[in-house]
Amino acid sequence: MKIRNSKDAEKNELNMTSMIDIVFLLLIFFVMTFKIVEMEGDFSVKMPLASTSNAVVDPTDLPLKLRLRADATGKLTDMALNEINLGVDFDQLRANIVTLVGTAAPVAGDDKGPELEIDTDYNLRYEYVIQSITAVSGYKDGDQVVKLIEKIKFAKPRR
Amino acid sequence: MRVKRIKTDMAEGDMTPMIDMVFQLIAFFMVLINFAQTESNDRVVLPSSTLVKPPEAPLEFPIVLHVAKDGEIILGGDNYTAETLRVGLQREISVINAEKKSVGDANVIIRAHKDTAAGDVQEVIRVAQEQKLENFALRVKEDRS
Repeated sequence: MKIRNSKDAEKNELNMTSMIDIVFLLLIFFVMTFKIVEMEGDFSVKMPLASTSNAVVDPTDLPLKLRLRADATGKLTDMALNEINLGVDFDQLRANIVTLVGTAAPVAGDDKGPELEIDTDYNLRYEYVIQSITAVSGYKDGDQVVKLIEKIKFAKPRR
Repeated sequence: MRVKRIKTDMAEGDMTPMIDMVFQLIAFFMVLINFAQTESNDRVVLPSSTLVKPPEAPLEFPIVLHVAKDGEIILGGDNYTAETLRVGLQREISVINAEKKSVGDANVIIRAHKDTAAGDVQEVIRVAQEQKLENFALRVKEDRS
């Protein structure tokens, strides 16, 4: 009787090739679809269409006006808060807002806080608008965010 | 004479460590992959701000408007200009109305490129306001520096 060579039994390994094929496909799929997630957040702006009926408003309720001017390339050339010229310094803008509204103002209530109207040149880059919104809506005190103005609206677009 | 059998396919290396590593990589990418991030658009590079925090709860009835650098607006895969956006918004609003909700509940998320003209963003807001939309969210990137 012939005894089978015991070495043959060792050769009974699984064929890995197909599994590795699939595994590499999966790997390539995940690598290609991988994208580092950037954290994003929102500045909320509640802005109903201005109705003509309540055109007469309480003069004490008038919003602060922030005027942003741009040069031809869309770069910010100067800012004016209630006609006070501030140059292009966002820190100065924030300091002015702090003196105007005080840090305690937004605690008064959701709808009561001061309002800011942003009036910007048409071709100003959006980035500067966000920077000015950042400057007026608050500042960071350590890890704490101190809120200043929460009600922001835009003036009519200037063509 | 006995001829030796030539075994050609015996030059296999040990696959085990490679497969271990490959599985580790797959597990890594699987865990980190984020399919929910379909809102983003390649043509939009958001401006950044130190003050924003990622929202705790997603906004209800979001209408995501991407505003590209040249002022073109992308809504649900279709391109619009400020003039034609009304059509796209009305389509979204009809969906909201079909769910028996009012237009005022919808949130317009504006994802504008950082170099877009601010006036183009204002135009988008104006068109949306004309459709009785009033909640806007200006989406920005969180700046942790």
